[in-house]
Amino acid sequence: MTAKSLMKQATQTVTYDIEKIRDDFPILKQQVNGKPLVYLDNGATAQKPQQVIEVLDQYYREYNSNIHRGVHTLSEKATGAYEAARLKIKNFINAESIQQVILTSGTTASINLVAQSYGRSTLKQGDEIIITEMEHHSNIVPWQMLCEQTGAKLKVVPINDKGELIMEEYESLLNDRTRLVAVVHISNALGTINPVEDIIKLAHNRGIPVLLDGAQAVPHCPVDVQALDCDFYCFSGHKLFGPTGTGVLYGKKALLESMPPWQGGGDMIRTVRFDETTYNDLPYKFEAGTPDIAGVIGTGAAIDYVSAIGMDNIAHYESELLAYATEIMSAIDGLTLVGTADNKAGILSFVMKDIHPHDIGTILDQHGVAIRTGHHCAMPVMERYEIPATARASLALYNTRDDIDHLVEAINNVRKVFA
Amino acid sequence: MSIDMKDLYQDVIVDHNRTPRNFGKIDHADVSLEGYNPLCGDRLTLYIKFDNDTITDISFDGSGCAISVASASLMTEALKGKTTEQAEKVFNDFHHLITDEEPELDIEKFGKLAALAGVRDYPSRIKCASLCWHTLNGLLEGNRSSITTE
Repeated sequence: MTAKSLMKQATQTVTYDIEKIRDDFPILKQQVNGKPLVYLDNGATAQKPQQVIEVLDQYYREYNSNIHRGVHTLSEKATGAYEAARLKIKNFINAESIQQVILTSGTTASINLVAQSYGRSTLKQGDEIIITEMEHHSNIVPWQMLCEQTGAKLKVVPINDKGELIMEEYESLLNDRTRLVAVVHISNALGTINPVEDIIKLAHNRGIPVLLDGAQAVPHCPVDVQALDCDFYCFSGHKLFGPTGTGVLYGKKALLESMPPWQGGGDMIRTVRFDETTYNDLPYKFEAGTPDIAGVIGTGAAIDYVSAIGMDNIAHYESELLAYATEIMSAIDGLTLVGTADNKAGILSFVMKDIHPHDIGTILDQHGVAIRTGHHCAMPVMERYEIPATARASLALYNTRDDIDHLVEAINNVRKVFA
Repeated sequence: MSIDMKDLYQDVIVDHNRTPRNFGKIDHADVSLEGYNPLCGDRLTLYIKFDNDTITDISFDGSGCAISVASASLMTEALKGKTTEQAEKVFNDFHHLITDEEPELDIEKFGKLAALAGVRDYPSRIKCASLCWHTLNGLLEGNRSSITTE
């Protein structure tokens, strides 16, 4: 979905009670280093609302139990809550069926699953996989490993100075040897919202499946996997205000059915004999071992939470906040924003003249402002801009203009330290 | 600037970051070694010239944060003219200075290096201050391939 169409949808809605939302997040009420916490590291992980914390607490206090196997009351309750969360996830991304919602430990595990199951069973020497220059390491390294295993080659779509994909280059990389396109929906290092609809159409014209890394997209804009027509969609619960340790792999049914299991263990089997083991149906075929039951139930609660606010509302609110932050940060002498795509989400990566991002991060922390500094697990992006690292402020639904003002005040203090 | 920040970014550190001493490659150095911190991308190369056991010249180049550059600058100042044995002693003492909770050390003897003591209150930054020192230690131990903090 483009920023423009998001804006259009968002104008149809009105209320956004920021005070009530902030009140839902207990962690935001604390002081850090004597200053009120300004949490702007949402790209790394988002904070959890009371509604999620209570669900986790309730699970462990009242019905902690293993799923899909017990006949006792607690197990049935846990199984019910776990599968109810899967249904919430299915509805949230508008998947066709719950069979297509595979629960994993995170985006990274989802991508690795596709690489090792789909990739390893279908790719051969000389085949090609297309990724982009702005990928997170977790959408690079699984494919590099797959290339080592199969003899396939990795092709990389370059980006321009604004941090946008060069679509002509993408088109020219698509060919008869291309077997998969794996692209980030929203870049964690640059904030770029990629034209995924166009990317998918171009690939599908040649019958090539497309995987989207939606880790940074799902918390910030509506995602409809059927409208996108993507073949795989991967995301994490913890960036979506849910617990860590949970993730989702959506896949088209025919693809998932054709894929062999990845990891072996409990839940993914139907019968085990020493001479023959048969596998479970979707989605359980890909779910080996006891999952993070509480985490999945908590992710379901997080989906209830953001759905009640409305993803359109969140997208609209964050785009206004991004516009405000972009304007005042651009005005800071010696500060350069890295990633200035026309279509951008709430991520502000920046560098400051003669001041290393780690020094910025430490000084900001002393002002209670939490940001990320470093390469953001996207070393090729740093190489592209010839910088060792950036400082990154990433927004979420509970941030305010006041947070941005505190950030700017703290950045001005950084300049004073090094003046 | 807040009082807390003064503890870390002391004037000596800001000065040595802005104008690092002994910065640049020594031609015909006897040994050189690169130190790399993959976490933040800091990359420094250390060059040393010896006369028998004595460090007659020492320099560094590369790039890094204020803490790592200042630490390298201060280290080279402190070690010029020292024997390798003395340098190892300074390395060990400095290690205690920045990592021990309450170092039982005479701060006075560190001279300007004492300015880096504040880093022990910032665990995520200790690697920045120690990068050049680990590189030094690697060189003294005869290591000739690059050193990383990870």
